[in-house]
Amino acid sequence: MKTHDFSVHRVPSDPAFGPSGLRVGIDIVQVSAMAQSLAEFGARLLQRIFCRDEIAYALAAPELTAQRLAVRFAAKEAAFKTFNFSEAGIGWRDIEVRKLDSGGCVLVLHGRAAEIAQAQGCTEMALSLSHDGDYATAMVVALAPASR
Amino acid sequence: MNAIDFEPQIRQILAKHARLCVDVMQLGTEADLYQAGMTSQASVNVMLALEGEFDIEFPDELLKRSVFGSVGSIRDAVVGITAG
Repeated sequence: MKTHDFSVHRVPSDPAFGPSGLRVGIDIVQVSAMAQSLAEFGARLLQRIFCRDEIAYALAAPELTAQRLAVRFAAKEAAFKTFNFSEAGIGWRDIEVRKLDSGGCVLVLHGRAAEIAQAQGCTEMALSLSHDGDYATAMVVALAPASR
Repeated sequence: MNAIDFEPQIRQILAKHARLCVDVMQLGTEADLYQAGMTSQASVNVMLALEGEFDIEFPDELLKRSVFGSVGSIRDAVVGITAG
C-alpha cells in the first residue's frame, strides 16, 4: 500500500522558528510542585510571577488554585520558548494569561516582552491550556512572518 | 563578604529547592544546573529562596536562564545585587 508522507526538513538557527515565521513553545508543570511552592513562598510567589487578574482568578477557587497557577506558569514558560525570551531579562508578569468572558484564554504581552515580540514581527498569537491530574501544560503558537 | 563565601548558602538553597537529580555539593561551580535536573519552576523557587536568604530582589534584567544556570552564575548575580 502506498503511503504519502509530508515533512519539512529544515533546521533553522533559531529553534523556535519554523518556515513562514511560525513559532511554537510548550511547557509542562507539576501541579503538586506549584502547590508546594505556594505553601512555601505564598504571597511573594504570587506577586513575583503572576498578574493581578491571574491571582484573583486562581484564588477564586481554593481547590483549584494550584492547578490554575500551574497552567498559567506553563503558559508563561511556553511564551519564553516561543519568543526566545530566556536571555532577554523579562519578568514573568510581562506575560499574562487573560481569561475571556467566553471562557477561553488568550496570551497578552506587556512591557519589554511586547516590545521584543513586536520587533520579531509577531502578528498573531494563539494559546492552548490543558491539565490532567498532577500535570498542567500550555502551548503558545505565534506567527511572525517578518522574521523569516 | 568575599564572593566565595556565598557559595555554601547558595548550595544549601539549591539542595532544598532546585530538585536536582544529583548531589549539588558534588557539582562544580560552573556545572549546568538545568542539565542536572532543575526545571524552570524549580528555578523560581531557587530565586525566591535566594531573595529571602540574602534579602535581595532580582531585577528583571537578571531574570535570565543563564543567571540561574550554575552555582557560579548565581553567586556572581548575588554578589552584584548585594554590592549594588
